[in-house]
Amino acid sequence: MDTRVIKRKLGLKERYAAMTRGLGWETTYQPMDKVYPYDKYEGIKIHDWDRWQDPFRLTMDAYWKYQGEKERKLYAVIDAFAQNNGFLGISDARYVNALKLFIQGVSPLEYYAHRGFAHAGRSFRGEGARVACQMQSIDELRHYQTETHAISTYNKYFNGMHHANHWFDRVWYLSVPKSFFEDACTAGPFEFLTSVSFSFEYVLTNLLFVPFMSGAAHNGDMSTVTFGFSAQSDESRHMTLGIECIKFMLEQDEANVPIVQRWIDKWFWRGYRLLTLVAMMQDYMLPKRGLSWKEAWEMYAESNGGALFKDLARYGIREPKGWADACDGKHHISHQAWNTFYNYNAAAPFHTWVPTDEELAWLSEKYPESFDKYYRPVFEFYREQQQAGNRFYNKNLPMLCTTCQIPMLFTEPGDPTQIAYRESRYEGDTYHFCSDHCKEIFDNEPEKFVQSWLPVHQIYQGHCFKPGVDPTAPGFDPLAAVLDYYELEFGRDNLDFEGSEDQKNFQRWRTGAA
Amino acid sequence: MTVAAVKPYRFPAQDTVDKFPAPLLYIGWDYHMMFCAPFCLPLPPTMPFGALIQEVLPGLYGYHPDFAKIDWSQVQWFKSGQPWKPDPAKSLAENGLQHKDAIRFRTPGLTGIKGSFH
Repeated sequence: MDTRVIKRKLGLKERYAAMTRGLGWETTYQPMDKVYPYDKYEGIKIHDWDRWQDPFRLTMDAYWKYQGEKERKLYAVIDAFAQNNGFLGISDARYVNALKLFIQGVSPLEYYAHRGFAHAGRSFRGEGARVACQMQSIDELRHYQTETHAISTYNKYFNGMHHANHWFDRVWYLSVPKSFFEDACTAGPFEFLTSVSFSFEYVLTNLLFVPFMSGAAHNGDMSTVTFGFSAQSDESRHMTLGIECIKFMLEQDEANVPIVQRWIDKWFWRGYRLLTLVAMMQDYMLPKRGLSWKEAWEMYAESNGGALFKDLARYGIREPKGWADACDGKHHISHQAWNTFYNYNAAAPFHTWVPTDEELAWLSEKYPESFDKYYRPVFEFYREQQQAGNRFYNKNLPMLCTTCQIPMLFTEPGDPTQIAYRESRYEGDTYHFCSDHCKEIFDNEPEKFVQSWLPVHQIYQGHCFKPGVDPTAPGFDPLAAVLDYYELEFGRDNLDFEGSEDQKNFQRWRTGAA
Repeated sequence: MTVAAVKPYRFPAQDTVDKFPAPLLYIGWDYHMMFCAPFCLPLPPTMPFGALIQEVLPGLYGYHPDFAKIDWSQVQWFKSGQPWKPDPAKSLAENGLQHKDAIRFRTPGLTGIKGSFH
């Protein structure tokens, strides 16, 4: 006998509840604190996980559907770009160095974020937070893959990309992004969300993503632009998670406020220091330019970020301690960083160059308070020297900041003529820093930062040579041995753009194509 | 402050003096930021301070046109930011330099390429 069963389809709201909150339960065989051992020790007090507002009401099945659609569109563009030799349409081969920096220094962070969110998601006993972290974890893995695919076409034609993962774990400046994320991933889950979701994704992400993607658009790189569009909707979800997480912690218990404030101070500054690489890319590596770093900082940090911290004031949160110093740095850091890579270009797998006259004029116009006075003369000097066959390569190793691991290139706030030096003593040793804020981060957690893997110190300890290399052998060349350990091809991956294989090939292909 | 952790958190310091062939010394030349950052060098503690000036610094800074113009009798030294008077005849150790000390020097009248402090 047939009975008519009414298959009731769940409404959106119910379905959402069933597929997120409905997935959790109170454990009985083991106490919850043993099942979730990591969501209390940081001192964050949560009284009611149900107060977590899901930042993006997305269920897993809808997630797969949306992402699958985006993927199909993205790969259609990537394939077309590759098949039509799209790389010949970029503004200039110098542009590819921005992509080298991206695949070397940014894409591996997506992978770290994937791992970090998977771990944070496992750690939270609240289902809402767990599901949001799980989705972000998958997003980040997807970004790592799609970036690799979008950029892979360039790897066939240009140097400096073939060994990005190997370099990430070894090359001196890549320890800056690497140590940033290792610091975040080895913190507890709440600090991780404050660092990556809030400080990085919510406060600073526009300063990372927009310069790369608008740089790609200005310079004819449609492959990367399409990746950018494909990631954009994920990024907005990530930003929402960042702000939700902060508000949730602040609303749950007043005692959380000082803990969160210290994390915001720390992670704003760490993120800002990391963005030095982006500032340099934006002002120096894009043959066709849009916003300067200073303009981007004023728009995305000073006005948007300023409004955010006004909004958070009602919870007792003030703007991060390093805020004023970061704003002061907008006139200088991109120039100081480019000079650094110009110095150490023998040990970096991308090219540097002296800007053209037109580009110097752009820099003077965009940086009226600083460029002509402090930076133009040295770039003009470099050009004279290069034309005389005496291109400057700094062959001696720099002093690094123990916290951000960047060479000590930053100047005193308010005095761009003086390198800033700070130091702390801890258990009989001296530790050095580029700023008050990097020093304070160390002073708060010295046990963590005494473990910093500082590339310069590691080279001197003999850890950056291939097995079997004898540093005491006669005629030992340490730089050559370190580059061999990096697996960086001297004369192809490194040195000045002028005279490089990239430059020559691109010129030849362009002429041939025309 | 200490690290928040679920267990006692204690790991050896990465950069103690015993791990290096010689103690590290950091050296900076004020107002010459063409050299983008101070240098880090392992130097034998027995090296005379004068040898540091005569044998080591030219290899670090000789490229800069100001370097040849330095009047070493006028140079001002700083250690950890404080004015400091090293004795060139004495060794680095006898001058009180220890592992990971930071010293700087200032060369009056010299302010880099076209006065740019670089």
